[in-house]
Amino acid sequence: MNSRFENICTFDLANATVRQLNQALHDLKSGTGETHWKILNCRGLHSVAVGLNVPIVVEVDGNVGYYCGGMNQHASIIVSGNAGVGVAENMMSGLMHIKGDASQAAGATAQGGMLIIDGNASARCGISMKGIDIIVKGSIGHMSAFMAQAGTLTVLGDAGESLGDSIYEARLYVRGSVASLGSDCIEKQVRDEHQAQIFEKLKAAGMAGEVDVCEFKRYGSARNLYHFHVDNASSY
Amino acid sequence: MVDQSSIPRTLPRKSATFDEYTLSEIRRAAATGIYDIRGAGAKRKLPHFDDLLFLGASISRYPLEGYREKCGTGVVLGSRFAKKPIHLKIPVTIAGMSFGSLSGPAKEALGRGASAMGTSTTTGDGGMTVEERSHSRILVYQYLPSRYGMNPDDLRKADAIEVVVGQGAKPGGGGMLLGQKISDRVAKMRTLPKGIDQRSACRHPDWTGPDDLEIKIAELREITDWEKPIYVKIGAARPYYDTALAVKAGADVVVVDGMQGGTAATQEVFIEHVGIPTLAAVRQAVQALQDLGMHRKVQLIVSGGIRNGADVAKCMALGADVASIGTAALVALGDNDPAWESEYNALGTTAGAYDDWHEGRDPAGITTQDPELMKRLDPVKAGRRLANYLAVLTLEAQTIARACGKSHVHNLEPEDLVALTIESAAMAQVPLAGTNWIPGKTGTF
Repeated sequence: MNSRFENICTFDLANATVRQLNQALHDLKSGTGETHWKILNCRGLHSVAVGLNVPIVVEVDGNVGYYCGGMNQHASIIVSGNAGVGVAENMMSGLMHIKGDASQAAGATAQGGMLIIDGNASARCGISMKGIDIIVKGSIGHMSAFMAQAGTLTVLGDAGESLGDSIYEARLYVRGSVASLGSDCIEKQVRDEHQAQIFEKLKAAGMAGEVDVCEFKRYGSARNLYHFHVDNASSY
Repeated sequence: MVDQSSIPRTLPRKSATFDEYTLSEIRRAAATGIYDIRGAGAKRKLPHFDDLLFLGASISRYPLEGYREKCGTGVVLGSRFAKKPIHLKIPVTIAGMSFGSLSGPAKEALGRGASAMGTSTTTGDGGMTVEERSHSRILVYQYLPSRYGMNPDDLRKADAIEVVVGQGAKPGGGGMLLGQKISDRVAKMRTLPKGIDQRSACRHPDWTGPDDLEIKIAELREITDWEKPIYVKIGAARPYYDTALAVKAGADVVVVDGMQGGTAATQEVFIEHVGIPTLAAVRQAVQALQDLGMHRKVQLIVSGGIRNGADVAKCMALGADVASIGTAALVALGDNDPAWESEYNALGTTAGAYDDWHEGRDPAGITTQDPELMKRLDPVKAGRRLANYLAVLTLEAQTIARACGKSHVHNLEPEDLVALTIESAAMAQVPLAGTNWIPGKTGTF
């Protein structure tokens, strides 16, 4: 099941379990020579390539179920299909690139690294994000960036209802329309530093020059709900 | 003419409905426009373990000698799926309490006391601190909706993982930590601005419902290579169904927290009016395990108002594997100590009633992030007090178990118990004392 071919380790989930896959990836030591992996026949399986902690490249063939790349550290995981709920949840560092669409809660609570979604992301994209950079080339669903604490969410398409509800200090950049803003989320002025940040993130995602940074609007916290006050009760 | 002054007057009568506390709360609400927030658990009178009695040995069953014949107290948690189950020497553990709500030295003291007695402590909403990991031989790492400070390195360092669905003080509510306690360190650990009123999420961000929970538990097992026991903690609300669903979702251990279980801070109305008492929750949780054939295979931890060895023994007799303490552990460290009475008075309260833990001005230096107040708690001495207290809980539970003829506290059974009230008989499903009547089940009054 685990064959080395042209320096690529191929792991076929048609003949092995997710448990065997994750154990093989966890057994890798830093400085491993087995730096390039190809995972075949994922068929929507859950928890593919979770808890990785080494700087390897993992190419995932097909669609994955829940929590692919969960809590990733250092690894670059590229999924050729669609991803289920909670892709890259609580990622710490490294890269996740989803070439299809992502389901709900993409990048939930993630603290670092970059998540790139070529298609659309469903509801609650970037929920409680804590420092990750998320780039969605399509659109995002409702309640995205709910309680988002830190990091950036850059959307080339549109955002659904209640974007950034109860947001803390995360920065949201949306190029298209926003159906509605959530509690305490407001549009903010886009200054040079913000356009520079958008450019930097797009460049890191290999998209430098593909879109004009002037087309993005910025959203963030009004910081009115940071402290309890009776006059804000109707906002909750 | 009747002399009005000669007519006897009735005494001034205060309303039982509008009592002094209620009136003061109405005045407070009218002045502020915001609900009352406080720490601790339900303070109202509730059916509790005091309403149960042990029968002890008699002609039909013989007792064990105290101090001579062995009465085991060890517990293994997580033998269902985990490669590395946890071994506790005593059937009492320390409930989840966060760094943030508690000071660093208080967390250290909990670790010292628990480790001295061979039992575990539990992190809380806010991540794992070095103090806690280094002083707790066995540490349970909570996996909470907020995921503050959650990271895979700490997950791997933990001895067990507790997926927190709810807590007894506020089933359906999230954590709360007000600005006074969001110090630089707390803010950094939680990735939040310093000084804000932090209200944690009440629902996990990436799963809802039992089917998702099953997938989430599998993910946590995958990340940690199936080594660590996974607990699921629920606030007592529908313990029969929640226990059954947690077992179905793959939990190794179920933690059921009754409404007397404390919180660092929440709305008073939530604490006193949502959830059910610990006594009412235990038997339902045990029933679910028994109906699934999983009793003693999936372990049950019960918390919420555990104060003495009798409470521990009663939990065991009703079918729990471990009792967990929070409030009592804080009191053992020095919380609400009358030695600080003048300072409690200055805060408008009195020793024994202080529950404004969210304000961070705890005279005992436990529920605070104030560097000066924190210094008041010596973690070594406080840890020793906790170890002493845990030893007493264990000895008391053993004393009762031996009196009932049991060679292990887990051999206590419902048949060793009777109830003093019809309510407690119905809740605990043991007979009313002096009868064979279990309401809704057997016998007659």
